[in-house]
Amino acid sequence: MTRRRLGVHAAQVAVFIIVFGGWQLFTSLKIVDPFFFGQPSGIVRQAWDWVQHGTHFGSIWLQVWTTMEEAIFGFLIGVAAGVVTGVLLGQVRFLSEVLSPYIKAVNALPRIVLGTLFIIILGLGMSSKVVLAAFLVFFVVFFNAFQGVREVDGNLVSNVRILGASRLQVIRNVVIPSALTWIIASLHVAFGFAIIGAIVGEVLGAQHGLGVVITDSANNFNADGVFAGMIIIGAIALVAEWLISLLEKWLLAWRPQTAAESAAA
Amino acid sequence: MTVEPGEFCAVVGPSGCGKSTTLTMVAGLDRASEGTVTVGGQPVTGIGRGTSFMFQTDALLPWKSVLGNVAMGPLFRGVPKRAALTDARDWLRMVGLAGFEDRYPHQLSGGMRKRVSLAAALINEPSILLMDEPFGALDVQTKAIMSDELLTLWDQSKPSVIFVTHDLEEAIALADKVVVMTAGPGTVKAVFDIDLPRPRGSVQEIRFGQRFTELHHEIWESLRDEVTRAYARTAAAAPASSSSAVLS
Repeated sequence: MTRRRLGVHAAQVAVFIIVFGGWQLFTSLKIVDPFFFGQPSGIVRQAWDWVQHGTHFGSIWLQVWTTMEEAIFGFLIGVAAGVVTGVLLGQVRFLSEVLSPYIKAVNALPRIVLGTLFIIILGLGMSSKVVLAAFLVFFVVFFNAFQGVREVDGNLVSNVRILGASRLQVIRNVVIPSALTWIIASLHVAFGFAIIGAIVGEVLGAQHGLGVVITDSANNFNADGVFAGMIIIGAIALVAEWLISLLEKWLLAWRPQTAAESAAA
Repeated sequence: MTVEPGEFCAVVGPSGCGKSTTLTMVAGLDRASEGTVTVGGQPVTGIGRGTSFMFQTDALLPWKSVLGNVAMGPLFRGVPKRAALTDARDWLRMVGLAGFEDRYPHQLSGGMRKRVSLAAALINEPSILLMDEPFGALDVQTKAIMSDELLTLWDQSKPSVIFVTHDLEEAIALADKVVVMTAGPGTVKAVFDIDLPRPRGSVQEIRFGQRFTELHHEIWESLRDEVTRAYARTAAAAPASSSSAVLS
């Protein structure tokens, strides 16, 4: 490790200590009220308590798993639908021209509100959260896939067409690989939306999940509980982000290393 | 303008006279708005099986390996994968790229990428090879080497070639026939037969021969007027009505 990297890591640790140490210090000294703002030691105690004794809604692992399942299913469905629709509309000009005002209109709506409707339709179970998550994910992925298809180099398409490619072969060999750069870039944001969809769905009404645990903590004026729930979700999102980066590396292995990547390596 | 089977025809003319458009019409990518394009006696209605195209810019798929890029042609035409890959390996050896099968295009030099494009174009054994300033972006030395190799490979299967270029020396060194196009509405101004004997050997050497110089002089006389006219037109249009020039 170079000296510079070492310096960066040392500074990162310092930031952590200042933020959480300061938080702990100010709340211990009652300059900031820990009742409203929580306290790092209290958050750790709360999380540990959940692990040992479970939450009001059963084991903490059940809550984590429920939220993850909702987010993952919503993510997968949303990505699949977004890619298919994006490629289709990117390829068929007539369709995209007909649908584009409607898509823009739906995109302009506060879609999160639809969560209430999904709960009325699908009930308090997991499916309403999966649908909400998928719905949020869909738009992010769709717009990127659509743009990616539109940006395909016309020369490449002409070339494979002259080499004898059918329309489907053009899509498989040129359009999708070329749009993949765009699609993958959207996945990072999309997973965040999947988690938001799952959590908001749970907050609106559910029997299990981290969103329920967080709402319950908030209703009991338990700030530590709210923070502990948030941190668990953050940890899940970080793991997912890491997995998506691995996928990105694998799918885009053909790409030359960018300047930023070689600097980070 | 007619190109006989097995003939190497070079097309020169000022920028914007429609040289590249001619190629896309022969390939079947574009339709002619007036007049007809016939290949083998049949009017062109779509992309034909016997045509290959080499573009000015790289048209290799960056996400496919060199081998994958060359094997595309046969694979699209239904050749079994095994046979297509063997064929592609042979062609890579022929263009001097054995050992580079697993590289990606971005890992190769400009000249090497051109060799891959050439192999990818020739693997389909075209009866017509269309080339749109294929070596335009290369440095002078690499260009000369590529020209020599193109002639060697062309001599093996003798497809008809239409080779669009700005470089008159390149056109004379390679072709059987040089077509000069007019500026503006691009029409054929003159056709010059190049009676230099084949095989021509090194493209670098041939240009010092006496006959080469004569031909160059003769064709340049014809081309110069068009180039000057095209230049005068853009120069005149620019300051007077710059906004319309930008729009059109």
